[in-house]
Amino acid sequence: MTETILSRALPSQGVTRRRVPPRRPPMTLDGLWNNVGFRSVLYQVLVIGAVIALAVYMIGNAQTAMDKRGISTGFGFLTQEAGFAIGESLIAYDSEDSYLRAYAVAIVNTLKVSVISVFGATLLGVLIGIARLSNNWFVSRLSSYYIEIFRNTPQLVQIVFWYTLVTRMPAPKQAWDISETIFLSNRGMVMAWPAAHAAWPWMLLAFVVACGGAYGVVQWADRHRRRTGRTVPVLWWNIGLVIALPTIVWWIGGAPTAIDVPTLQGFNFVGGMALSPEFLALLLGLSLYIAAFIAEIVRSGVQAVDRGQVEAARAVGLGRADLYMKVILPQALRIIIPPATAQYVSLTKNSSLGVAIGYPELFNINNTITTISGNTIECIGIMMAVYLSIAFSIALVMNVYNRAVQIKER
Amino acid sequence: MTTRPTISRALPGTSTRRPPPVRESGAPAWIRKNLFGDLHNTVITLLVLWALFVTVPGLFGWAVLDAVWVTDDPQDCRAAAGACWAVVAEKHRVMLFGTFPYEQHWRGVLVIGLIIAMSIVSTFKRFWSYGLFGAWVATVAIVLVLQLGGVFGLAKTGTHEWGGLPLTLIMFVGTVVGGLPLAVLLALGRRSTMPAIKALCVGMIEITRGVPLITVLFMASLMFPLFVPEQLTVDKVLRAQIGMILFFGAYGAEVVRGGLQAIPRGQYEAADAAGLAYWQKTNRIILPQALRIVIPALMNDIIRAFKNTTFVSIIGLFDVLGATATALEDPLWVLYAPEAYIFIFVLYFCFCFSMSKYSEHVERDLATGRNF
Repeated sequence: MTETILSRALPSQGVTRRRVPPRRPPMTLDGLWNNVGFRSVLYQVLVIGAVIALAVYMIGNAQTAMDKRGISTGFGFLTQEAGFAIGESLIAYDSEDSYLRAYAVAIVNTLKVSVISVFGATLLGVLIGIARLSNNWFVSRLSSYYIEIFRNTPQLVQIVFWYTLVTRMPAPKQAWDISETIFLSNRGMVMAWPAAHAAWPWMLLAFVVACGGAYGVVQWADRHRRRTGRTVPVLWWNIGLVIALPTIVWWIGGAPTAIDVPTLQGFNFVGGMALSPEFLALLLGLSLYIAAFIAEIVRSGVQAVDRGQVEAARAVGLGRADLYMKVILPQALRIIIPPATAQYVSLTKNSSLGVAIGYPELFNINNTITTISGNTIECIGIMMAVYLSIAFSIALVMNVYNRAVQIKER
Repeated sequence: MTTRPTISRALPGTSTRRPPPVRESGAPAWIRKNLFGDLHNTVITLLVLWALFVTVPGLFGWAVLDAVWVTDDPQDCRAAAGACWAVVAEKHRVMLFGTFPYEQHWRGVLVIGLIIAMSIVSTFKRFWSYGLFGAWVATVAIVLVLQLGGVFGLAKTGTHEWGGLPLTLIMFVGTVVGGLPLAVLLALGRRSTMPAIKALCVGMIEITRGVPLITVLFMASLMFPLFVPEQLTVDKVLRAQIGMILFFGAYGAEVVRGGLQAIPRGQYEAADAAGLAYWQKTNRIILPQALRIVIPALMNDIIRAFKNTTFVSIIGLFDVLGATATALEDPLWVLYAPEAYIFIFVLYFCFCFSMSKYSEHVERDLATGRNF
């Protein structure tokens, strides 16, 4: 029996009759309507058509409105003189510079406050997240209060609150000072800062190089241990490297020791490193709020590490430092990084709240430029493009980092 | 040792008296364990106690002992060393109701009461159904009647007069009621097999999520009029509401998509095999399961939507934050802005904290298995 069944499929046997393919049902309107493929194409054509029609209609309306107001379209306006001043900027700018330069100032300001806040939020967040897990009842309670308070109130209210607090500080003449080096007043914060000298940037570079070198040494020691089973004590060598290299560069560069101490002249401080009230309030608002979220992410990441891993590490005799650095941290990081990325993106986007207190970031400057130039569509396009590229860059960098810390399975 | 039997040790006079075991329950034991467990722990406890000792009495003095609670003369506050809560007593009407006509504030109170009551009803699982969604739509209609007036003998009040807590709550409810269906549609579109629909939804979700909410609101409030014919004007509050809904929809869509992906393939295939059409399959098989999974995550988005209502103050609406800023334009009271902001800080905290506690409860409830 089995052979006959098999043989049916073989072409040369001639046992089976050639079967006629089923006849297509005749093309009717009804049949067409019930055809899944056709309907899918129809829907898509309709949707695309509607979107294009809407876009054409809206752009047409905008064009008429612009023509009526006599606004030229295109990106030509970017090279024109901006004609407005910006409160603070890292790069040189005055009101005679072009719109393009004003945009550059705005982007740099946005990045400045975002980058510093990301570091602040991470540092504070990790600290509070770990404190939340502390055995000490006080520490654990207090950090949980912090998390609940800052997570459950709007960020904008926090920013505005910090701003009113900073601007209600006493005037510079009665400024609060911390050992005559940091001054807090309603003009913001001023602190003593090393006077400008050519050696400082090089020293910073040396520090970065030393950190890279230290990382390399750790990697080498790890490989060495795997190969030979012997542990090389690198901690003190690395601390030495990170301190010594910048110090040598500083000494070669002329060993500058001048410190620029702020002094009161007239109604404000001169010299030192000054942070405006707007910057301070935005910095506090961004980092304290996001820190609460980072803390929760860190806590849940550490708690998600399997208990067995900790017990196994203790069983093989790993010390406290190795337990944290080699067992808990690498596994917790995998869980922490994706949600932390979302928080960093959110922080950067919310730097646009600086507009509420007058910090000259991208959204704020863009508003000014839109009002003055009238090139509404172009301005909104530029702003959207910048925010999107910042958000995507953060996501990209964090994805690369995330891939590096993921489990490498064979 | 000798051959003396061990048992004799227990005989009186032969063994030394041992101290009783250390108590492992009660307050002293608790303190020992949680505050003075080891040297490390003890040092931290002492440091915290010292920090509290330095800060708390000062703060308490400022906030309570030396504070001025009620006065209509800001000079009294100037003279006092503590906080000036009188600014809240003096300005609470403006902070809570914005520029809404003073003698119509009772309508605002009704709106607040109605929305809070409906929210509390919604927390009970036994009311969860499509009917509840219908009840919310009815609530929105009643709220609109109360806020707009012009019918049933209520005085007419335009949206430009809306403000304070009613506006905040309306924005919040409108965002969630309008945004949830949009989120579901966008999530379904993103998982569609039709490339054009999918591309459209992906583009919309990703672009909206990639830019700050304030730019979306800015587009909705300032750019929108540019793109429609001059004779057509759309209300300012409505435009802000549309912006909020779009933003909520884009974030919610990603959450709902997570739920759609978590449904086992077999559910989709079984529905197809049973011959259900797309919407039958979606409405009866997929969404009821997917939405239940994502409720805790959606709660996070809902809490964020509440906090994000403050953004409308930037585009010139008078929600609680905007109204407070207006109230503080009074030069007599402007010095006491921090106190006023602390008040609305507490107000927002009450709403968000109760929502987040509720969300934790739902999450625990769901974690215990399929019990609803």
